[in-house]
Amino acid sequence: MSLRTPLGRVRGLGSAKHGLDHWWYQRMTALALIPLGIWLLSSFVAQIGNDHDAFKAWLGTPGRSVGTSLFLFAAFYHMKLGVQVVIEDYVHTRWINMTLLIATTFICVLLGTASIFAVLKLAFGG
Amino acid sequence: MAEFALPANSKVGKGKVVKAPAGAQRIKKFNVYRWNPDDGNNPVVDTYEVDLDTCGPMVLDGLIKIKNDLDPTLAFRRSCREGVCGSCAMNIDGTNTLACTKATEAVSGDVNIYPLPHTSVIKDLVPDLTNFYAQYASIEPWMKTAPPAPATTERLQSREDRAKLDGLWECILCACCSTSCPSYWWNSDRYLGPAALLQSYRWLIDSRDEDTGNRLDDLEDPFKLYRCHTIMNCAKTCPKSLNPAEAIASIKQMMVERR
Repeated sequence: MSLRTPLGRVRGLGSAKHGLDHWWYQRMTALALIPLGIWLLSSFVAQIGNDHDAFKAWLGTPGRSVGTSLFLFAAFYHMKLGVQVVIEDYVHTRWINMTLLIATTFICVLLGTASIFAVLKLAFGG
Repeated sequence: MAEFALPANSKVGKGKVVKAPAGAQRIKKFNVYRWNPDDGNNPVVDTYEVDLDTCGPMVLDGLIKIKNDLDPTLAFRRSCREGVCGSCAMNIDGTNTLACTKATEAVSGDVNIYPLPHTSVIKDLVPDLTNFYAQYASIEPWMKTAPPAPATTERLQSREDRAKLDGLWECILCACCSTSCPSYWWNSDRYLGPAALLQSYRWLIDSRDEDTGNRLDDLEDPFKLYRCHTIMNCAKTCPKSLNPAEAIASIKQMMVERR
């Protein structure tokens, strides 16, 4: 039980003075993922049946490896922003909330870096 | 964690059935949520058979009929009975609306009536709106200007600027929109909700107000403003046909404009 006034509770710790960037980048990454996703998916479908060397040759051009890396960056950034919102919406126990938010950031950075490294390795002849 | 099931002491049981007097021709069943803080029991849904021939056309008329003739213990808020005061906001037939402007005939089958969703109930259909009103107070809903108000003249506003307030000033703060918003259900302690944000936009867009920047500063917060995920329940349920979701989108647009 708290005897704090309702207005005091609502004002709480005040405005965080951010939130716009999160909202903006979530939309920007979504926008970028539309053409990148369609391009990459249709390219992958065209690769069905090809072996590793053929795929390596396809990915080897600068345009394709840059495009694939951009897709991966946008996808993992978008994933991080999206999962963060879900956790903030539904998980209210402070320590679980913090743990999940930190884990989300780490996992997205790890998976993003690893997958972009994989693209570069293939592109540079791994 | 967010709670998706009702706590044990909120589970709703079946209550009593009050029959219409013999000889009633047009009977409509009103299933009404009842909870009394004094008896320590779980809430129940009581069923009242209302004779529509002896009662006005709106759901509120039915509730008043029940209170006058069938069960004086029923508690609900009402005042203007014409959609201006916002007191009789409740969940009727699955949608938040005003009992006074909802025609009983418009409900097919029984009339199911519950308090506004996800609010603490004070008694029966009376929800606790303390937090909702505090959120309205927190957006400082009054004219803010650097010089004091002119003593003998009005503050002037062009017709075009005045027109920007249409669709905003009509809000009666009935809380139908905020209590229909899932984002508000889970985070009403920090998310201001559609009603307070629509009201906030009413001052942001007012050409006479000089505090727009500070108002935007106060709103720029992951929870206060950006918990709106454009679910649009607010616009769908508003008994005054306003569009809080559009007002919130306009606030987000202002944020982008000034970055």
